[in-house]
Amino acid sequence: MSVLVNKDTRVLVQGITGSAGSFHAKLMLEYGTKIVGGVTPGRGGQKFENKVPIFDTVEQAVKGTGANATVVYVPPAFAADAILEAMDGGISLIIAITEGIPILDMVKVKRSLGSRPKARLIGPNCPGIITPGECKIGIMPGHIHKPGHVGVVSRSGTLTYEAVDQLTKLGIGQSTCIGIGGDPVNGTNFIDCLKLFNDDPETEAVVMIGEIGGTAEEAAAQWAANNMTKPIAAFVAGSSAPKGKRMGHAGAIISGGKGTAKEKFAALENAGIATTANPAEIGITLKKALEKHH
Amino acid sequence: MKIHEFQGKEIFRRYGIPVPDGEIATTPDEAQKIAEKLGGKLVVKAQIHAGGRGKGSLTKAAEIHGVKVVTEAKDARAHAQALLGNALHTHQTGPEGQVVRRVLIERATDIAKEYYVGLVLDRETARVTFIASTEGGMEIEKVAAEMPEKILRLGVDPATGVQAFHGRKLAYGLGFTGDTANKAAKLLAKLYQVFIDTDASLVEINPLVLTKSGDVIALDAKVNFDDNAMTRHPELLALRDVEEEDTRERAAKDAELSYVALDGNIGCLVNGAGLAMSTMDIIKYVGGEPANFLDVGGGATAAQVTTAFKIILQDPKVKAILVNIFGGIAKCDVIASGIITAAKEVGLKMPLIVRLEGTNVELGKKLLGESGLSITPANDMLDAAKKAVKAAGGGK
Repeated sequence: MSVLVNKDTRVLVQGITGSAGSFHAKLMLEYGTKIVGGVTPGRGGQKFENKVPIFDTVEQAVKGTGANATVVYVPPAFAADAILEAMDGGISLIIAITEGIPILDMVKVKRSLGSRPKARLIGPNCPGIITPGECKIGIMPGHIHKPGHVGVVSRSGTLTYEAVDQLTKLGIGQSTCIGIGGDPVNGTNFIDCLKLFNDDPETEAVVMIGEIGGTAEEAAAQWAANNMTKPIAAFVAGSSAPKGKRMGHAGAIISGGKGTAKEKFAALENAGIATTANPAEIGITLKKALEKHH
Repeated sequence: MKIHEFQGKEIFRRYGIPVPDGEIATTPDEAQKIAEKLGGKLVVKAQIHAGGRGKGSLTKAAEIHGVKVVTEAKDARAHAQALLGNALHTHQTGPEGQVVRRVLIERATDIAKEYYVGLVLDRETARVTFIASTEGGMEIEKVAAEMPEKILRLGVDPATGVQAFHGRKLAYGLGFTGDTANKAAKLLAKLYQVFIDTDASLVEINPLVLTKSGDVIALDAKVNFDDNAMTRHPELLALRDVEEEDTRERAAKDAELSYVALDGNIGCLVNGAGLAMSTMDIIKYVGGEPANFLDVGGGATAAQVTTAFKIILQDPKVKAILVNIFGGIAKCDVIASGIITAAKEVGLKMPLIVRLEGTNVELGKKLLGESGLSITPANDMLDAAKKAVKAAGGGK
């Protein structure tokens, strides 16, 4: 029914006593996510909301709770350290919400991830991951989602909510929605997610939301052309963006004339992916692609 | 964050990367004094945060370029006088150009050959990567497009950092030989250290030159820093020159908003970067022109919205404002109240089209409708874009 997370996922919250961490930990608990522990150095032994045990280190938290996933709300200057600690603690799924992590910190994290094939990082600078009705890890509004069979993968936050909202209003539910983040160096990319959705028997189609900068969409289009058996509907944000200007996300920049929305749309269309230039029609584009496929 | 060439060269000097002797002048008198002190053949270089200064010229006098070689101190003074206080436009500035506030006076170099060397982050490999070319002086993007075979790329493993072989591989690859190859290799390793130590996002020397006497010297220095890392570099933050930044982009940055000025007449205020780009896209899709990109962040508080309105209103081209907020977790009535408060505080007169989505959306719309302000609620993104384009007089 889903990829990566489900009702049995046991989640730690790193930075659970901070303002973002505590706010979203409460919302995740309300959604029904199995939050089994929190980590804040120096606060070990205390409890969050009188029920979730807090630990000083990830290692202790894993030992004490059997957690297999963690979500990082730690401030940017310390976030890479938190991700590396989660990897060291043996966590297999690390979701980094934090925006603004220095890029050279992420270069080190990415290098270290390469030597740990069992660890997967989602993000950073992302809304997280949700399997509707089962497990919400991140900052997305739970109520706009609906359990179903469409996978969503996106570099954006609120634009993903927009797309999910369109799907739900059309009566189309989602298997799992993954925000891969808006930074130039991230853990999980489009191809990783397309592979997961392609192999998930419960996912019937995928919505893919890209944006200007880099060549991840082009690579994903190439992979999909050769491997994907399920229909994809895609949108790329930033057709109207000027060159050489960073559009909010650290990774959303057309540099040296490369990474334009035009190139990305062309690559996606060449791969037989249904695209729309109108962000208000992402849901309907998926619906049509699904109908055509059946 | 960008810095000036002379500041980049000061960093290079600290790392032992050879640069020409020179000093910075803010007045023609200073320029003359420096020129007299240095003596001989000199170069006068305009300092603005943009490349292409040699080919670029003054907005008011096309025959005066940003870089000039002189042999007399009085000529250095004359060129400084011509540049200082005037706008220089290059292919990297807008047509209005950027005002020159400082000139760098340097000892001229006898050039035997020019090269390009730079360091950037390669997104695909997630490694800091050297880019080098024998086509010095040319823009690297142009070389990449026209002569891709002339470009050497070499990624550095972050676990080992730069090694001597990286420098050798590039130096010999560029055709350096003997003692000059050693000098170039050492310089390249130092350049990598500059990148790492300063949390740079770009370090570029164009051109790197081999002099007739066999020295390898950085004739130019372009260093940009990763904004996200500046909290751990207070010494580098001191190099920020706010006068070089767009006033609205600067105000947005100081308020932790993300703003980019565009040419259209519909001001945009959106939460989230992807949605903000999409809002611009959909305005264009329905035949209008966005005046800006503006991301108030995921949350969108009343204080942020007020600051955002103020920034948008500084743009005289704006005829209507489109607010697109996907509240999600935040409640629409709270956001609507924030928008109303902000609009009243800034005395907003022009048409304001508001699209809200999230919890309590109907209540939010009701508040907007009853606010007594000229607010048009919209049902969705497309509806909002159409209404905004109409309110702005049918686009550009």
